[in-house]
Amino acid sequence: MTAGCPSAGAPVLRERGQHEVFCGLTSIIWLHRKMQDAFFLVVGSRTCAHLLQSAAGVMIFAEPRFGTAILEESDLAGMADAQAEIDREVARLLSRRSDIRQLFLVGSCPSEVIKLDLAKAAERLDAQFAPQVRVLNFSGSGIETTFTEGEDACLAALAPRLPASDKRQLLVLGALPDVVEDQMRGLLAEIGIPEVAVLPARRAGDDPAIGPHTRFALAQPFLGDTMAALERRGARHIAAPFPFGEEGTTAWLTAVAAAFGIPAERVEAVTAAPRARARKAISAARETLDGKSIFFFPDSQLEVPLARFLARECGMRPVEVGTPYLHRGILGPDLALLGDGPRLSEGQDVERQLDRLRADRPDLTVCGLGLANPLEAEGLATKWAIELVFTPVHFYEQAGDLAGLFARPLRRRALLTPGVAA
Amino acid sequence: MKLAVWTYEGPPHVGAMRVATAMRDVHYVLHAPQGDTYADLLFTMIERRDHRPPVTYTTFQARDLGADTAALFKTACKAAYDRFRPEALIVGASCTAELIQDDPGGLAEALDLPVPVIPLELPSYQRKENFGADETFFRIVKRLAQPMERSARPTANLVGPTALGFRHRDDIAEVTALLDEMGIAVNVVAPYGASPDDIARLGAAHFNVLMYPETAEAACRWMEKALGQPYTRTVPIGVGATRDFVAEAARLAGVAPKLDTARLRLPWYSASVDSTYLTGKRVFIFGDGTHAIAAARIATEEMGFEVVGLGCYNREMARPVRAAAKALGLEALITDDYLDVERAIEEAAPELILGTQMERHIGKRLGIGCAVISAPVHVQDFPARYAPQMGIEGANVIFDTWVHPLVMGLEEHLLAMFRDDFEFHDAAGPSHHGHKAAAAPAAAEAPVAAPAVTEPAANDNGGKVIWLAEAEAELRKVPFFVRAKARRNTEAYAAARGQARIDVETLYEAKAHYAR
Repeated sequence: MTAGCPSAGAPVLRERGQHEVFCGLTSIIWLHRKMQDAFFLVVGSRTCAHLLQSAAGVMIFAEPRFGTAILEESDLAGMADAQAEIDREVARLLSRRSDIRQLFLVGSCPSEVIKLDLAKAAERLDAQFAPQVRVLNFSGSGIETTFTEGEDACLAALAPRLPASDKRQLLVLGALPDVVEDQMRGLLAEIGIPEVAVLPARRAGDDPAIGPHTRFALAQPFLGDTMAALERRGARHIAAPFPFGEEGTTAWLTAVAAAFGIPAERVEAVTAAPRARARKAISAARETLDGKSIFFFPDSQLEVPLARFLARECGMRPVEVGTPYLHRGILGPDLALLGDGPRLSEGQDVERQLDRLRADRPDLTVCGLGLANPLEAEGLATKWAIELVFTPVHFYEQAGDLAGLFARPLRRRALLTPGVAA
Repeated sequence: MKLAVWTYEGPPHVGAMRVATAMRDVHYVLHAPQGDTYADLLFTMIERRDHRPPVTYTTFQARDLGADTAALFKTACKAAYDRFRPEALIVGASCTAELIQDDPGGLAEALDLPVPVIPLELPSYQRKENFGADETFFRIVKRLAQPMERSARPTANLVGPTALGFRHRDDIAEVTALLDEMGIAVNVVAPYGASPDDIARLGAAHFNVLMYPETAEAACRWMEKALGQPYTRTVPIGVGATRDFVAEAARLAGVAPKLDTARLRLPWYSASVDSTYLTGKRVFIFGDGTHAIAAARIATEEMGFEVVGLGCYNREMARPVRAAAKALGLEALITDDYLDVERAIEEAAPELILGTQMERHIGKRLGIGCAVISAPVHVQDFPARYAPQMGIEGANVIFDTWVHPLVMGLEEHLLAMFRDDFEFHDAAGPSHHGHKAAAAPAAAEAPVAAPAVTEPAANDNGGKVIWLAEAEAELRKVPFFVRAKARRNTEAYAAARGQARIDVETLYEAKAHYAR
């Protein structure tokens, strides 16, 4: 797909079988904290509600801004008019929560299978509650989305609603923790891009306006549909490696700067100090990680850029890099840096992948929560993949933390196992 | 449709997983979309199991729906059998697969596998996790258990413990010891640790101990009818219930009742003078029906508490919970809506909550201590140490667990005495909990600055009662753990007398009126 990328032709193992991954609803866990005036109403089953409270490993009890309208027998048997039921639940919810400015009706596996038209519901409710509340819909169902693709579906639903603007501007795509977002704005301002629009915005009123003079960069690799939706609005993508580690962050900033006619020397000059800090912070973890092998199970689509960071900046040896979906248009620059060493796999047959893992016996395995303890019990050190999504890991100041996330399980193992060096 | 924020129970197929995961040599093939595999982490993370649950998910996707999901099920089922070689196979559908009506039972039967295939029909849009566990275990027992000769010596089966159960692991050990003392051996524990072969020999026992009605009542009823095995009705949680259980088990086994109480400490700890301060502590109890009923009995008969609220989230247990509440002069709260429970607790203003992890969070929010007595629970309620709820040690564990959230006896008096001290004020919390004692908020020292009257409180007559500023200030001098009670009592006292305003006099008149 991406011409000129050395790894474009690298063979990819594509598998079909049991997928040990979350569905897109899981994205709601961070989206609802990031978008502070949004409520996410899943129209689904008890399983969806149970997933949402279990997936994060803990429950977030600070009055959650998400909930599940649980379908009951009467909804399925056609005894109740599902559209009228949605209207009733939404009216009740919005009357109780006057702080809500945007409401997402989120489709699930059961609502998709019974073909419940949430787009129609959103349109009707949007007209009813405008201008106080805007109502949108997207699907986070497991039959259509994998884990982080829920955020992609959400942002892609927002894209057509963004106001138009002819302004020449930078838009950064993907939910980042507020502290990281602020660091990014600081770096870009020093480089000479003082105004940065971000999607998702913290509040509905802060939505970016977009148009043909908008250039956008991705902060997260799983936003393919959103990227396409923005391109349909005339905005143009800035291809870059993802801002993980010193090298990734510098390359990302340099690509963004180039798109705005700012020379690489300027980036180099203003980032000298944070780059040195990042290298220093990484070097502490590198002592543990250098020469160690690592195996990624598919999870968040962050796997390729993370493998690139660990291989090039921490000296690790990726054995297999599994990802739920390999978007070469987005990951091209990272794949090029990663090179042809590791086995790439897309999709999953978890049993076969476990067979390969046991044959490889890597020093560290990145996997989901369902697999981690059983693999530890087999003597394999693991890193929970979900922590990579819930922890601030982007840009220079987090580069050391990111490396540390991988070093900690190995250091812990060394502490608890006499005779094993980290 | 019903809006849910948090759920007490998962869907029924999670109940089926609790049974399958507890057992050995069975495998569960679940027709389910991508994403339903999240349920594995309940067992591997919350319970810290060192093996994956024995579950294969078909993980169908949108593109499969137009094609052949039935073929996908058959492939997954065959592959699972070939890889895991279980002695029995359970097959079923999750909520989404139920809608596409592929008939996993029929499909699996058609594969002609050389092991028993047990199909499950779990109505995902009507029932929940406990039903799923109960129904799954019943189907397994019905299919595999055989009538057979009773064992020569008196034996019992321990029935009901599952994976992800609240202290099931340790309850098994405790109940085994209770029976052993009377010369009753355990024939089979199921589903926890049982293989299909073990299920087949359930019929050798003289009777069944139904440990958890939530997960095994249907199986016990069937075994009573089909295998002629009576089962116990008493769940041995608490001292009184343990004694009753011993008597019941002895009767069913035809042996003399016997209970070694050498290690039993709850009655003495409760009677010792440091526990005087526990007298009449107001507790709110909510959990699964079995644990809630047991807790209500312990609270009133063994701890000397006053139960101000009692309820359960599993409707299947509504009847006995209603009866237990009625005996205490209460109306039972039967709901699975977490917000209803929060409202009821706020309304009752208890000094202690005995609940699930949901109530632990409610307590945190309302500033009320909470001890966990029932599932659903989180990782910290699967302790490394031996911590049963049943039998002698269970009673000891319960005493410690329930007292822990409260301030200690003498400490309570000191707090009352020095409550105006800037460091040792009552909002600092119990000294053994490790919170950093915050300095008393300055606002509390300046009640004169407060508005003349506070928010009118609604009373039972629908009228409003107004607190005058001095009365409000006086109320603030009452230690925090009884302040809510004092407020309620005073308002009820004023309302009963048709008083619209509460002054300091009213406060102390009410105090005298409710003196105990």
